[in-house]
Amino acid sequence: MRDTFARTTTAILDEDPRTALVLAVISRDLFTGAAARHPDRVVDVGIREQLMVGVAGGLALSGLRPIVHSYAPFLVERPYEQVKLDLTHQGVGAVLVSVGASYDSSQSGRTHLSPADVALIDTLDPQWQVQVPGHADEVEPMLRAAMRHDDPVYLRLSAQTNDRPHATDGRLVRLRTGGRAAVVAVGPMLDPVLAATEGLDVTVAYASTVRPFDVTGLAALDSTDIVLVEPYLAGTSTHVVADALRAVPHRILSLGVGRADLHRYGGPADHAAWHGLDPAGLRRAIAEFAW
Amino acid sequence: MRTMTRGTVRPAGLMAALDRLTGDEKHDPSALSTLDVLWVLYDRVLDVDPARPDAPDRDRFLLSKGHGPSAYYAVLATKGFFPLDWLDDLGGPASRLGHHPDRLLVPGVEIGSGSLGHGLGIGVGMALGLRAQGLTDARTYVLVGDGELDEGSNHEAIAYAGAVRLDALTVIVVDNGSALHGWRGGIASRFTVNGWSASTVDGRDHEEIETALRLTGNRPHVVVARVES
Repeated sequence: MRDTFARTTTAILDEDPRTALVLAVISRDLFTGAAARHPDRVVDVGIREQLMVGVAGGLALSGLRPIVHSYAPFLVERPYEQVKLDLTHQGVGAVLVSVGASYDSSQSGRTHLSPADVALIDTLDPQWQVQVPGHADEVEPMLRAAMRHDDPVYLRLSAQTNDRPHATDGRLVRLRTGGRAAVVAVGPMLDPVLAATEGLDVTVAYASTVRPFDVTGLAALDSTDIVLVEPYLAGTSTHVVADALRAVPHRILSLGVGRADLHRYGGPADHAAWHGLDPAGLRRAIAEFAW
Repeated sequence: MRTMTRGTVRPAGLMAALDRLTGDEKHDPSALSTLDVLWVLYDRVLDVDPARPDAPDRDRFLLSKGHGPSAYYAVLATKGFFPLDWLDDLGGPASRLGHHPDRLLVPGVEIGSGSLGHGLGIGVGMALGLRAQGLTDARTYVLVGDGELDEGSNHEAIAYAGAVRLDALTVIVVDNGSALHGWRGGIASRFTVNGWSASTVDGRDHEEIETALRLTGNRPHVVVARVES
C-alpha cells in the first residue's frame, strides 16, 4: 500500500499544480524524484510533526490541496491539536495518509503503535472522511477521489492486506449471506473474518470507508445482530452502528484492538492473536455472540 | 488624535472603536500590548483591501497570539473590514467577535487563534503556498507574544523557516515580558541563531515599527516590539 501511495501521489503532483505533499522525514526516499521536479510543493520539514500539520493548514489556506504523510502516531496522535485547530477549525482540509496502522510496527514497541487514530479523528467535525483500504489496489482510487474535493480525509494504510481488492465507492460490499448475524469487516480485517466465519451461518460484509459509514448498506444486511470487526480501537464505530439501528432492538459485538498497553513486541500476527483478531479468536467471539 | 509617546499617534477613530468594546478583555494588558503594531500594520504596511478580503495576492496577517483581540477587532473595524457596531457585543451569543478570533466569522481575520503556538506553523505553510503559486509579492506576517514563544511548536517553525530561508515571512514578537522564565540572550537571538534577520524596536513608536516591518532580505525577518510589562 505504501508503494502504491507513493506512486499515485507522485503522479498527482505531476498532474495537478494544486497538490502539495508535506513530510516529516518518514518516506522521504520514496519522493526524491517528485521533490526534484516540484521543490515548492514537496515540503519535508524534518522531524517536526506539529509543524508538518501546521504547514499543511497554511498550504490549504493559501489555496493548495496538501497530502500529509507519516506514521500514524506521528500524524494523528502527536500533532492532534494541529489537526484539530490548524485544519479543522480553520475550515480547510488535507489528506492525511498514515502508515503503520495499529501494530504493523509492533517490534518497535508502544511508541509506534496507534490503534486510537480513527477514534481521535472521530472526535472532530463530521466533515472528516476515513478510508481504510484492505488491499493495495484500493489505495489509488481512494486517494484520487480524495484529491477531487477539499474536505478533510484520513487514509489509513497498513502492511496487512486482503488477498483481493473490492469496490471503493463508499458502500458496504456483501460477500456472504447468512441468518444468525451480520459481520462487518473493516479494511484488512476482511480475510481474517472470512477465515473465521467459514461454515458459519452469518452474513459477511466489507467496509473500506468508515466515515461516512454506509448506514443504508448496513440496513440492507437485514440483521439486528451486528458484529463489527475493526483493525483499530475496539468500539470505534459502535456509536455509528447503534445510531443507524436505533429504531429497532439490536445487539452489537464490537471487536478490535484493546486499550491495554501490552508491553510486548512480536509481530503483527502475534498482536492480532493477543487482541483476539486472528481467525481463531474471531471465530470464538462470533460464535459465542451468535449462538 | 491621542499622542502617547514619541512617534505614537493613535487616531481618535481607532480609540473610539476600542472604547466600544465591552467586557473585560480590553482591560487585559495582552489586549493593548499589540495595539500600535496592529495599527501600523494595517495603516501603513499590509497590502490588504477590506473590499476584497479574499484577494489571492493580498498580504497575510496572522494573529497567533489570539488572547485579548480587542485591539485587533478595533483596527479591523476602523479599517472597514466589518461594521463598527459589531464591537458593541463582544462575546455575546449572537456576536461574531469572541475573546479569541474565528476566521470563519470575521472578515479580514486569516486564522482562528487562541491556543498558543499555532500561528507560526500555519504562517510558514502559508508563505510556502503563496510562493508555490507564484504569488511572490504577497508577504506573510505573524504576530506572537513573548510568552507564547514558550510553546515548542514555535521553535519547529523558527528552525525550519530559517533553514529554508523563507524570505516572505515576517514575525512580530510583542514583548511585554510575560514569558515566565524570560529568554536568556534575548528574544531576537532565538531567531538569529536559526538564520533569521532581526530588529528590535519600541513597540509604541510607529515610525520605528514601520521601518522594521518594511525590512526584507533573503531570509525571514523578526521584529521584536518591546512594550511596557
